[in-house]
Amino acid sequence: MPHAFDEMSSTDGAIRPAYETLKQWLASVPQDVLDHRRKEAEFIFRRIGITFAVYGEQNAQERLIPFDIVPRILTKEEWARLSKGLEQRVKALNLYIRDVYSKRDILKAGVVPEELVYQNPAFRPEMNGQRVPHDLYVHIAGIDIVRTGPDNFYVLEDNARTPSGVSYMLENREIMLRLFPELFSMHKVAPVENYADDLLATLRSLSPHGGHEPNVAILTPGIYNSAYYEHSFLADKLGVDLVEGRDLFVKDETVYMRTTEGPKRVDVIYRRLDDDFLDPLAFRRDSVLGVPGLMSAYQAGNVTLTNAVGTGVADDKAVYSYMPDIIRFYLSEEPLLPNVPTWRCREPDHLKYVLDHLPELVVKEVHGSGGYGMLVGPAADRAQIEKFRDKLKADPANFIAQPTLALSTCPTLVEKGIAPRHVDLRPFILSGSDKVRIVPGGLTRVAMKEGSLVVNSSQGGGTKDTWVLDA
Amino acid sequence: MLSRTADNLYWLTRYVERADCLARILDVSQRLAYTPVTYGGSTNEWGSAVLTAGCAEQFIERYGPLETATEEHVVSFLAFEPENPTSIRNCFEVARTNARSVRTALTSEMWDVINSAWIELRNFPNRALTRDELARFLAFVKETSLRFDGATFRTMLRNDGYWFARSGAQLERADNTARILDVKYHVLLPEKEHIGGPLDYFQWASILRSVSALTAFHWVYRDSVKPWLVADLLILNRQMPRSLAACYDSLARNLDDIASAYGRQGPSQRLARSMLARLSNRSIEDIFQAGLHEFISEFISDNNKLGAEITEQYLT
Repeated sequence: MPHAFDEMSSTDGAIRPAYETLKQWLASVPQDVLDHRRKEAEFIFRRIGITFAVYGEQNAQERLIPFDIVPRILTKEEWARLSKGLEQRVKALNLYIRDVYSKRDILKAGVVPEELVYQNPAFRPEMNGQRVPHDLYVHIAGIDIVRTGPDNFYVLEDNARTPSGVSYMLENREIMLRLFPELFSMHKVAPVENYADDLLATLRSLSPHGGHEPNVAILTPGIYNSAYYEHSFLADKLGVDLVEGRDLFVKDETVYMRTTEGPKRVDVIYRRLDDDFLDPLAFRRDSVLGVPGLMSAYQAGNVTLTNAVGTGVADDKAVYSYMPDIIRFYLSEEPLLPNVPTWRCREPDHLKYVLDHLPELVVKEVHGSGGYGMLVGPAADRAQIEKFRDKLKADPANFIAQPTLALSTCPTLVEKGIAPRHVDLRPFILSGSDKVRIVPGGLTRVAMKEGSLVVNSSQGGGTKDTWVLDA
Repeated sequence: MLSRTADNLYWLTRYVERADCLARILDVSQRLAYTPVTYGGSTNEWGSAVLTAGCAEQFIERYGPLETATEEHVVSFLAFEPENPTSIRNCFEVARTNARSVRTALTSEMWDVINSAWIELRNFPNRALTRDELARFLAFVKETSLRFDGATFRTMLRNDGYWFARSGAQLERADNTARILDVKYHVLLPEKEHIGGPLDYFQWASILRSVSALTAFHWVYRDSVKPWLVADLLILNRQMPRSLAACYDSLARNLDDIASAYGRQGPSQRLARSMLARLSNRSIEDIFQAGLHEFISEFISDNNKLGAEITEQYLT
């Protein structure tokens, strides 16, 4: 694996201009002061209750995501480039989903193979021919970006269902402002706190009917969900009700919430609940988290669900590999942000290549997420590789493979001091009926273990505050 | 507001109040159990603590009859056992679970009290506590409820959320005071006075202590502790924040605030007002004459009924 690009000290040790002030500051602050501030941050996080749950772990119902106090810095120019590429990507995602559920031009043109749509478990036949307000499907997207060099950004993954992490983006900034006011006086950092306002404006713009003030609610699976903190955080910042399925009911194809003053109509639901669980009458019948009849109200056009039902058809890793073509097809533009080269194991020649090169590749499940069920070739031992080989051969269509990228690193506070650790970036893109909104930056995730490339919080990854410099 | 949110707020404050009450019961029982029998101490003080806490059935199932209840068992049962749904530990657990589900309806100060208490709770060992540790634990519980009440009072918006939260606390508090009286009413009866003589002082004083009212008693009556005055203080005296009358004063007001905000009165407002009337314009002599025990039993049952009415009217 080639030597990774470090966002502070490049590959040759020369400090990049955006990091100069930070580098000097880090050198001037004793390690024990940094350690102390890190502990303080952890204490505050625990006290506020910013926790997440890891499924399948006993006695770990609530855990803290490690927070790294060294910010990650992007320049204004880098961000301008990224945000243009992100907007383009989300536009294409929306057009693709709309097409998939209506005319299917892209399938007819042979750009995307039919089975990627029809055999996709996230495909929702209920959405065929269904108009959604303003023809928008993915109102809140999280696009994962990785970097390998000064000018080399790639999209690693599209999250078009219910991307999470934005609360960390906001809380990380708050805590940095509290712990390191002096750093902010030395840098012009673009603020992110307007995200909540942007989100509310986006959600309101999606109301199915004009006229009265739309009633917006956030639908959560409840306190045992791993992202529950984020759900309550957002409800609080937006000033909207955080509802569970049992708080809602449907009458005459209209959604109401149960309040102390009787039923109140709901117009827009930002749901943090998967399609499967939304409505036991339409999808999984054993779902107790959903709202019976919700789909009928949705189909009657009386309520907006964000994101729309069936967006998962656009964000699995097999469809990902077609995204550059999808962008060209709908927008007649070249993708501004490239994909990571991807081998589709469903294609025999790709599969052969992958099987021959397992030790150097990263292999992922098409529908996997959270860093589960993947093979990082260079980090795996022989036995693990052979075991994975069997899994792969048994069901090739379920996997894609990518080269092991030398993900960029950022200076990170670890036990021995400041050391480089691999990072990625998840910006959040809001698509309303009026416009697209992106706050500068996003959530930087960092693999806290030396050499590790897995940044997922469920695998011990941490987060950093992400700064976009305004000058 | 969402009915579930109101429900959670209402129960959150009930559980905090209950934890506080349990801590005071344990405190007083301990004190009484160490008092020599010749000074009014009693040998089955621990059994009556379980009775007052209202969980005799579960206790007996686990440890046998109340007459033989030991300090170790009762402390562990009332304070820590996960099997007892209303042990102090469980009260805090449920309170925090409720708080988490309605975080958006709490101020950050209120959340901080509940969450910190829940974190602190884990620092107390999972074994029989030494006397020192227990004292520290009980102080911690009482302090938590004080801080929580203070945070609620000082930081919460005065709207329906606040009124539901306060109603829960007052209803629970009325229930707790009534149950203390229910278990101890016999030491307050007039005929007991000449049987027990001055030794009963310690029993009466302990009743006052269990609602933190011993000092208040002297300020209000400027008299030595007399059983009918103890009953008067706990039932009718509105100066005493844990008296039934004071609780209902506040309950009726909170429920009226809700009704006027929503523009509609309902069964819970009517019941609260009629109970408040029952506690007003009435002397303690009347109550003794009509039967203290009957009065208290009826109160407990009507208080429960009010809880059910509130739930029916607003929380479902």
